[in-house]
Amino acid sequence: MLSEEERREIEAEFPHYPTRQAVCIDAMKIVQKHRGWVSDEALKDISELLGMPLAELDGVATFYNLIFRQPVGRHVIYVCDSVSCWIMHSDRQFRHLRERLGTAPGETTADGRFTLLPIVCLGACDRAPVMMVDDDLHGLLEPGKIDGILEKYR
Amino acid sequence: METPLTQNVHPVAAPPDRGAYERAGGYQALRKALREMTPESVVEEVKGANLRGRGGAGFPTGLKWSLVPKDAPHPRYVVCNADEMEPGTFKDRVIMEGDPHELVEGVILCGYATGADAAYIFLRGEYKLAAQRVAQAIAEAYEGHYLGRNILGSGYGLDLYLHTSAGRYMCGEETGMLNALEGKRANPRAKPPYPPVVGLFGKPTTINNVETLSNVPHIVNHGAEWFRKLSRSKDGGTKIYGVSGKVKRPGWWELPMGTTVREILEEHAGGMREGLRFRGLLPGGASTDFLTEQHLDVPMDFTEVQKAGSRMGTGTMIVMDDRTCPVGMVWNLTHFFAQESCGWCTPCWSGLAWAERILKAMEEGKGQPGDLERLEFQTKFWAPGQTFCALAPGAAEPLQSALKYFRDDFERHIRDHGCPWADGGAG
Repeated sequence: MLSEEERREIEAEFPHYPTRQAVCIDAMKIVQKHRGWVSDEALKDISELLGMPLAELDGVATFYNLIFRQPVGRHVIYVCDSVSCWIMHSDRQFRHLRERLGTAPGETTADGRFTLLPIVCLGACDRAPVMMVDDDLHGLLEPGKIDGILEKYR
Repeated sequence: METPLTQNVHPVAAPPDRGAYERAGGYQALRKALREMTPESVVEEVKGANLRGRGGAGFPTGLKWSLVPKDAPHPRYVVCNADEMEPGTFKDRVIMEGDPHELVEGVILCGYATGADAAYIFLRGEYKLAAQRVAQAIAEAYEGHYLGRNILGSGYGLDLYLHTSAGRYMCGEETGMLNALEGKRANPRAKPPYPPVVGLFGKPTTINNVETLSNVPHIVNHGAEWFRKLSRSKDGGTKIYGVSGKVKRPGWWELPMGTTVREILEEHAGGMREGLRFRGLLPGGASTDFLTEQHLDVPMDFTEVQKAGSRMGTGTMIVMDDRTCPVGMVWNLTHFFAQESCGWCTPCWSGLAWAERILKAMEEGKGQPGDLERLEFQTKFWAPGQTFCALAPGAAEPLQSALKYFRDDFERHIRDHGCPWADGGAG
């Protein structure tokens, strides 16, 4: 069941678009904001609210990098693996994070604190290499700096 | 030197709010257009300014606006492409974080010129700060009666909504973007019909990039001739150029359109870091052909870069130095395109994955004789006309040009069974 708050936030988007289906990205992002991810059950609830076939909605959900169809940690680390960061040694940042967290990209730490994900170019190439933790962008990374950044996310 | 686009952009401070933007001359262009100009004359002014689309393709903006038929049905839409996901590109972020009201005013002027009833800013999901600032600017513009019904008592009305996406390169392709806004997978559409006739929700739609629209208030304020004179070339205006890679000062600069590659690279970005030599660059994001030493004096505009065998694209360059492996770099690029392919057209979903496997094998010492010919065959198979959209043709550009300019490096990978650079050639 969608919570009352989730439903209210989703319905507030309805006037912005001429169809309900057009609200589906917003709806999934709203649910994810509250629960961290979009479960099968939540997807079904959204599809009913929007009058959109469940399979089509799942097709949209899985199309996007930022809609999570499985649980993630309390914080998500997105490390850019595109070209400008690669030139600036993003491979070293990945290696450091892997060792430090004991997880490979795509995995969540055992304590549920971090999920480590590769991400496409974050559009901050003048500060490469970069990563995002939750909503915050961090640039000019080096292994020592990464440790200090992670401390801020408990 | 005039820098109208970024005159209000401050490196650290918050962007101007509505009051500060107005005190700096903001929303005067909108007042002028609504009171003194017909929609047609706004289109004519933009045409006369030789403003070309800053998203990468360089389509003439005034011409695009005039493609909405005069008797086209309503509602009509404006969509601002703010899905800045071209690797190496960070110019629209500068405007949206630094002067969001400039973009909002540009969107409203485009709406007025094309008779639009509603507009969407389609913003990539990762741009959290831009989302916050653009949303704030939209709210303030409503409060100032620059949006909504009967704008400034003119009788013209426009609603503007911010749509934040959820991360997929395909959404930046204009018909993919329309499908995404409709809540569908962002596959491209067959063209024709083109969006000005059949666009968002089947209605006439004008789609422009952030930097393109942000130029419009200045054109309306100062006129087409002034705008053309900002430029050193035939394409009007200034351009936000950027440089990333191992240069001394990576960054962005608003410069006259047609500034040479050399001036941007050597004067503004400070040249290569100590001990590194320049080998080549992608002039405007991942999906442009390499330029090399021989092209450094090429003016960065849509016409001249094309003559040099590439495209200006987004105007944000990615520099390759002599300790970066060209094969590794092209593998990275091809991995991106293969991953982001939407799966709609066979040359793209199948061919990109195939090319990525060949490049990976080559980098790992398992390259085979004939691989270069196989890669060349693939790039021809991805050419314009073979696919619904420009993703695969864009992917072909860095690969085909790397095979031309850095062929020895590719051959060496096959001959020596591996990458000659330690650390896989990343720097």
